[in-house]
Amino acid sequence: MSDALTAAAQITFSDVSRFYGEVLGINRVSLTIPPGVTSLVGPNGSGKTTLMNLMTGLIRPTQGEIRVLGVPPDRPETLCRMVGYCAQFDAFPKGLTGFQFLYSYLLLHGYSAAESADRTKAALDRVNMYGAAGRQVAAYSKGMRQRVKLAQAIAHDPQVLVLDEPLNGLDPMARAETIALFREWGEKGRHVIVSSHILHEVDRISDQVILLSQGYVVAEGEIQGVRSEVKEQPMQILVRCDRPEMLAARLFQQHGAVEAKISADGKGLLLRTRDADGFYLMLNRIVMENGLVVESIAPADDDVNSVYQYLIGAEGATV
Amino acid sequence: MNALWMRQIAAVWRLEWKKTLLSKRGWWIYCLALGPVFLTALHWLVESRVTRHSHHSLGEDSVVFAAMFQFFYLRGAIFFGCMGLFSNLFRAEMLEKTLHYYYLTPMRREMLVAGKYLAGLAVALLLFVGSTVVSFLFIGRHAGAAYTDYILHGPGLNQLAWYSVTAALACVGYGAIFLMTGLFSRNPMVAAAVVFVWEGINPFLPSVLQKVSVIFYLRNLAPVEVPVPPPLNVMVISTDPSPAWLAIGGLLAVSALLLVYTALAARTAEISYGE
Repeated sequence: MSDALTAAAQITFSDVSRFYGEVLGINRVSLTIPPGVTSLVGPNGSGKTTLMNLMTGLIRPTQGEIRVLGVPPDRPETLCRMVGYCAQFDAFPKGLTGFQFLYSYLLLHGYSAAESADRTKAALDRVNMYGAAGRQVAAYSKGMRQRVKLAQAIAHDPQVLVLDEPLNGLDPMARAETIALFREWGEKGRHVIVSSHILHEVDRISDQVILLSQGYVVAEGEIQGVRSEVKEQPMQILVRCDRPEMLAARLFQQHGAVEAKISADGKGLLLRTRDADGFYLMLNRIVMENGLVVESIAPADDDVNSVYQYLIGAEGATV
Repeated sequence: MNALWMRQIAAVWRLEWKKTLLSKRGWWIYCLALGPVFLTALHWLVESRVTRHSHHSLGEDSVVFAAMFQFFYLRGAIFFGCMGLFSNLFRAEMLEKTLHYYYLTPMRREMLVAGKYLAGLAVALLLFVGSTVVSFLFIGRHAGAAYTDYILHGPGLNQLAWYSVTAALACVGYGAIFLMTGLFSRNPMVAAAVVFVWEGINPFLPSVLQKVSVIFYLRNLAPVEVPVPPPLNVMVISTDPSPAWLAIGGLLAVSALLLVYTALAARTAEISYGE
């Protein structure tokens, strides 16, 4: 019973593969995506869009099984009530204004004319596009088109929001507002699944990440957890303190120390160690025994960008 | 309160109807539909000025119209017009990369197929049944009161009704074929060429094969028979015509089957736009 309830609250991929003829889309992907904001990260051709198209039913798996909140994607009449998808395609039906675009497709959901109009207004308002609602979509800028697509994806208030590169073409203000929208939806316990190349924004947005490369899932989970699993790369830790030289000297008495750099102002130490837990214990001892004054300690490479570089490499990264 | 499926079909129809009717790419379909109207109007104007020296009767006009209906409307205008209208209902959206908006709505794909088909059919009926009716009314107009009498008290009204029904059935049948080929085929022109050749050689095929076509039933429904000129008349294989009820029922049944097949295909179709 509880398993069924859990499955009904998650998106699951069980051993899913998708081939385009002989070209691999994704291969043997098994995933569970919990509520919150999840980012799909990977270079071009890594399988991000394939994964999104599969979970929204636009394409079908060659093998394996997908469930979105317990519903298979080949049942659009149920699935599409729960899912909103802002796809990568920058194309719109001809001759429609922003309002008509949203309104017409809300009618297809079965809403009455009045409710469709209300929902259209609310969704356009939410992305600050109501002022341009009467203009033809063809006359919109790239950023406006991106926002009206986002409005169309959220207009029916879905439980699962899937967004393929949603920040493309947005100006900084619109980016900030859009990210706030994602966070708000994530905090409401909904699924927000975002693909992005912009790794520092992925850091700001995501509760968890899925790293993809060449059709395979390289890592998944909360980013700190993923980072700690990358054992072959020493952890980088930045310590601001009054005696970094002394700290560096003591560091090399510890097993696992790899490198230490003192910052130009003489107040900071960037160290690399294979034993971060051992280092923190040692640092506590030094503070107690030697009266070291520590201003701040922060991991320097438990962000998406670093994990991406470690697991996938520099190719395709846009920071 | 209408059922959900009816509202969804109506919503698809509203979106598609205007798009199909006002499509700039469809200008040549208007030319096909308006061509006979223009010619018959011209015929009326020219003949009404030389009416005392007119060389033909209403009976001859009737045969000319029958020939125009069989060889221009059925085999040309309606065939190619339906190809242009119905093939594009899915194909154009694939090329423009907008079909996914439909596929992301909570609607059974069968309703999408039905809505698109009905929108295409409404436009086809408006253009081609409308064109047939207007051309028929124009072709004998030069005879004045005699033609009015021919229509109201002679066989004219009955002929007009049968031409309209036949044109409408042609739109229904060819519409179903081209909606299907538009969904299946990357290049609907190839499929259209195959169907065109098959329909074109129909009179020269054995009787059994003649019945596997749309034109066979439509030809039998036309109210005025067109004599086949020599030397083609010796190559034509004469086949017993089907009764009207069977021709109409058969065409509707085959169209329904094609639509069901298209709906099933739409249900499993994928949206990748070849990327």
